[in-house]
Amino acid sequence: MADPLLNTLESIVTNATPLVIAAIGETITERAGIVNLALDGSIVLSAMTGFVAAYSLNTALTGGGMAVATATMLAIPVGVLVAMLVGALIALLIAVASIELNQDQVAIGFVLTLLGVDLAVFLGTNYARIPGPQALPIVFPVLSQIPVAGDIFFKQSGFTYLSYALIFGAWYYLFQTRRGLALRAVGERPEAAFARGVSVNRLRYLYAGLGGALVGLAGAAYSLNIKAGWTTPPNMQGDGWIALAIVIFGGWHPFRVVLGAYLFAGLRALASVIQRTPGIEINIMVLNAVPWVLMIVTLLLVSSGAIERALLLLPRGAQKWARNILRSDPPAALGTRFDPERGS
Amino acid sequence: MDIELRHIHKRFGPVHANNDINLTFLGGRIYGVLGENGAGKSTLMKILSGYQPADSGSILLDGTEVDYRNPQIALHYGVGMLQQDPLDVPAFTVLENFIFGAIGARGYRGHAAARLLREVCSRFGFELDPDTPIASLSIGGRQQLEIARLLALGVKTLILDEPTTGISAEQKTILFNALKSLAKNDGLSVLLVSHKLEDVIALCDEVAVLRAGKLVGTRALPATPSELVALMFGQILEPAQRIAVNLDNAAEAIRFENVTLRSKRLQVKDFNLNVRAGEVIGLAGLDGSGQELFLRACVGLAKPAVGHIHFEGRDMTGASFRQFLAAGAAFSAAGRLEEGLIAGLTLTEHTALMTEHHPVIDWGRARQRTINRIQTYHVRGTPESQIEQLSGGNQQRMLMALMPESAVLLALEQPTRGLDVDSARWIWQQLMVRRDIGAAIVFSSPDLDEIVTYSDRILVFYAGRVTEIPDARQATIDQLGRLIGGHNEEVPR
Repeated sequence: MADPLLNTLESIVTNATPLVIAAIGETITERAGIVNLALDGSIVLSAMTGFVAAYSLNTALTGGGMAVATATMLAIPVGVLVAMLVGALIALLIAVASIELNQDQVAIGFVLTLLGVDLAVFLGTNYARIPGPQALPIVFPVLSQIPVAGDIFFKQSGFTYLSYALIFGAWYYLFQTRRGLALRAVGERPEAAFARGVSVNRLRYLYAGLGGALVGLAGAAYSLNIKAGWTTPPNMQGDGWIALAIVIFGGWHPFRVVLGAYLFAGLRALASVIQRTPGIEINIMVLNAVPWVLMIVTLLLVSSGAIERALLLLPRGAQKWARNILRSDPPAALGTRFDPERGS
Repeated sequence: MDIELRHIHKRFGPVHANNDINLTFLGGRIYGVLGENGAGKSTLMKILSGYQPADSGSILLDGTEVDYRNPQIALHYGVGMLQQDPLDVPAFTVLENFIFGAIGARGYRGHAAARLLREVCSRFGFELDPDTPIASLSIGGRQQLEIARLLALGVKTLILDEPTTGISAEQKTILFNALKSLAKNDGLSVLLVSHKLEDVIALCDEVAVLRAGKLVGTRALPATPSELVALMFGQILEPAQRIAVNLDNAAEAIRFENVTLRSKRLQVKDFNLNVRAGEVIGLAGLDGSGQELFLRACVGLAKPAVGHIHFEGRDMTGASFRQFLAAGAAFSAAGRLEEGLIAGLTLTEHTALMTEHHPVIDWGRARQRTINRIQTYHVRGTPESQIEQLSGGNQQRMLMALMPESAVLLALEQPTRGLDVDSARWIWQQLMVRRDIGAAIVFSSPDLDEIVTYSDRILVFYAGRVTEIPDARQATIDQLGRLIGGHNEEVPR
């Protein structure tokens, strides 16, 4: 574990964790046709509330004479649950505004993201810069013994292990189950889903809430793990927008979304390594811009015909799989409303 | 399955779309449900298939009254409907669509589902590859998939809304054979909603005719088209009068000189044509045989790869659409709301777009011009109506009204697409007025009657190959059918 490269790789996985969780959550929500633009505000607000809940419980328990380790073990899950609730609530607000009140999802999401950040700063003032409970890395049995990969992937916190489960779980659910089929159909062509007996708006509420809860979980991953505590201004502010971009970069596919999140975290790590290396003089602004430029180039490659032509060289069975992975069209009914009365 | 509809009423605001409809459909028979646009036939079928609830009235299936609020429950009772634009999910594959919505425990992995799909396909001659994405299927293919899906779900009544719009002749044959077999061998009741009389006559055992929301009659087939038209409109429409026009001294409107047009899928090669003022040229052929490409080349939307295009004697090869418009060409696309009109804008705003050339719009003048056009073209709408609120026929009228009076050449893609007989006739009356004042008209149509009735000359496209029929009055539907199918040996170009 002394190897600095392994250290860097391990920290990339750690730092990518909230991005992975938030982007997977947003992928699920958008696949159902709802765009939750309030990601940044949700992450910040849920990070604050999650921390405050965990901190308060932790303080109360240790004050009552409980051992610190036990109190932390109880406080962190509660903090996580509160954060998830906050995330889910914000996402459900967008769903209600769209489905019941006929409001524009993008406009509502934008307003809520601003509100979320300001509310968090306002309500969290008294909790800024005080030490609180932090989720510590858990050495995963057996798997951590694998050379290299074990050090990188399996000496992480519970949040990161959860993110692994989410990646495969989301993929399996979306593409291998009939519920996943209905979820995708609701975001692609709600009329067709309705005709097949799916309650379109019920599913949209469900997946907006579920995706929002994951966004809240991402917030907790910041304040209870990688950037433990609460600061003003919030030190994770802006990452919500990055997660939104990663969803687009990832073509609404969990595997590509994860790739995007790791790529982004990797480039960030690279930038900081270069910054620390004496003898290399690169403007920090240029380094910060690199991930975005790379994303745009990749998107261009995917949407141009080049990839499609390369696909034709693959064996037929692999083509379908690869095309599915490389698909970059947004869900066709993203951001639209469905009125079952009119069937459209 | 026997179906009985009793006293069905449905209102949309002031419109009584279904007014006390009583009808019986028996299993094993094919019924045509006829009516002009807005007669209420689609509404009635949506009620029967659960897409819309009736305001009052009852539905009896095999003598038992049923009550359903959504299409899923209707399907459960065995009533399935194929929508005009098949209700599938374009992002899914054929197999995913086939499975999605299936009742019961068939697993998503779907080997059983794939086998079932293959069985239905091989029985009816459908060609569907389970792994093809829907987005790359033709309308005909998507239709076949929907039919296969509904049959696999065990429907006993199959309703089809305008199923022959936009499918090839071969697909139509497959479809009709499948429907006949389903009625005869499986005892299904098949309901065909259509305003294509020849389809109804070819397929159905019996017709029910709706007019303005009311059932005006049922009748057993065979019947002649004019008898059905009489039922639909309460009068016999005379075919439009053909006046032979002497074009010998007419000026040249557009001339193609050794033109080769290329698109991704096909090329129209080494093509010569001289269209004169006051001439009407009909373009026949299956969808995508080159007629769209040619029409677009007439107005600069497609550029010739080789050769020259002269517009009123001026070489305009390679000129832009804008330049063609300025020179006096006009174009209307088949997709009215997609390419011709702008959903969300009012009629006045459409007029202003076409006629107001100053940086600041004179809304009073634009409104007055709109009112004039509404009156001249009998558009049912107000200057403040948004264009998408108008019916298809009125949209087409407005589209015509927006074409400049001085147009030299009208290039029209399916000008009467989706219109009822009356609206279509009215559109053609207006077009003939344009022709009489010297406009040349080039139009495509999937309706051979329309082409034979209104054209002076006919060009038949088959896979980019063009065959000219110099005198449309001599053309027979039979001959056209052969040419469209690619048999052109007997008519040398």
